[in-house]
Amino acid sequence: MRIVVVGGGMAGTIFANNVARRLASELRAGKARITMLTASDKHVYQPGWLYVAMGRMTPDELEREQASLLDPAIALHVDPVRTFALADRHVVTASGRTHEYDLLVIATGSRPVPEEIPGLKEAAIHCYSAEDALHFYDRLADFTGGRILITVGLPHKCPMIPLEITFAMHDFLHDKGLSDKTEFYYTYPIGRAHSLENVARWASPEFERLGIRQETFFNLKEVDPANGLARSEEGAEVKFDLLVTVPPHRGQAVIEANKLGANGFIPTDRYSLRMVGEHADSVIVLGDTTNLPISKAGSTAHFEAEAAAENVAALVKTGRAVRQYDGKVFCFIEAGKDRATYAMFDYTHPPQPKAPNAAMHAFKMAYNKLYWASARGLL
Amino acid sequence: MAETTLVDARGSFCPGPLMELITTLKRAQVGDVLELLSSDAGSAKDVPEWVRKVGHVLERTERDPAGVWHLFVRKEK
Repeated sequence: MRIVVVGGGMAGTIFANNVARRLASELRAGKARITMLTASDKHVYQPGWLYVAMGRMTPDELEREQASLLDPAIALHVDPVRTFALADRHVVTASGRTHEYDLLVIATGSRPVPEEIPGLKEAAIHCYSAEDALHFYDRLADFTGGRILITVGLPHKCPMIPLEITFAMHDFLHDKGLSDKTEFYYTYPIGRAHSLENVARWASPEFERLGIRQETFFNLKEVDPANGLARSEEGAEVKFDLLVTVPPHRGQAVIEANKLGANGFIPTDRYSLRMVGEHADSVIVLGDTTNLPISKAGSTAHFEAEAAAENVAALVKTGRAVRQYDGKVFCFIEAGKDRATYAMFDYTHPPQPKAPNAAMHAFKMAYNKLYWASARGLL
Repeated sequence: MAETTLVDARGSFCPGPLMELITTLKRAQVGDVLELLSSDAGSAKDVPEWVRKVGHVLERTERDPAGVWHLFVRKEK
């Protein structure tokens, strides 16, 4: 079986390594072949950008050479796909090379698009790239007081970031002695502090305890950078001194250009992770690239990749898939500089977050290092 | 031309049905109707509340025998 993986992020890398381990003998015997086509020779642990924004990590700590993470049996080409010819079962890359496949795995991820909201890109800081996270820290370190407005666009990658960035900034400015001069103004698109009801039930009292003001049903419509003013679709106007945003996201432009899915997200079966429609037998979609109504997060990508890898290996060995993806997600929630909790849920079981504690924060800090074992398909 | 788009948010705890609706509605055309499927009973309350706040129209709400809510929302602006 010729397997072509498009995308070298969390989903693509974990999938490719997991399959390579399961099919080691088939790869050696030439009965299977795995090719990865990706846009960068670097692999980035994106959840670490939160810590860069707080001055607690530097971008180089979050990068590895992609080749160093992949099983040697995987053929890596830093040569992104430009054309998906699904009917003919091949893709064409930027260099003009054609790769034929029996099974295509699309894991191209999502990207922030703050420019879709007028004024947002000019006025706001966010932590969705290494460069933006460094800029975030510059602005936060220079902040001397005033109102910090937090806005949340839809859809967005990493559903815990709105809470995490707010709690992290609170602790950062508290330690600088700026609590009395700072007002936090947290907004959220729906009628509670977080999409997960039980997480919102925990977060709102935390906000109250820390003096963080919250406004719900706030979907950012436009920003007036000159006057420091944000307006919502619901008709609210809020002044700010520092605007922090979780920007809206889209899928990759190549997905839209090839008409594989609206806004760059591909229609995907929630259990089999197969592309919906006539190419279901030859296309799997993983991670942020799906249009599934579940969290766009590294954790989702990780668990989807494991389920898909197990199925693909079983297909090669026995001709039958063996697993359905059950919607499993496990997200840490940093609740400040030294405490954390988590949310674990699937399609049928909501999360039951516990009170934050130091041990869970230590676990998160350890996982930030252990991630490289996950990327290699080992953890 | 106005279209009806299905937003299947069954089994979605995060981002959840209302966030899925807002996401899709944002990029729909004025006049389009979205049919939101939700297995969360809370959608029958929070979707109408948000739709009213923003100024869209909730055309109708149904609950099928399987307990799934179908909420039909028309984009007004």
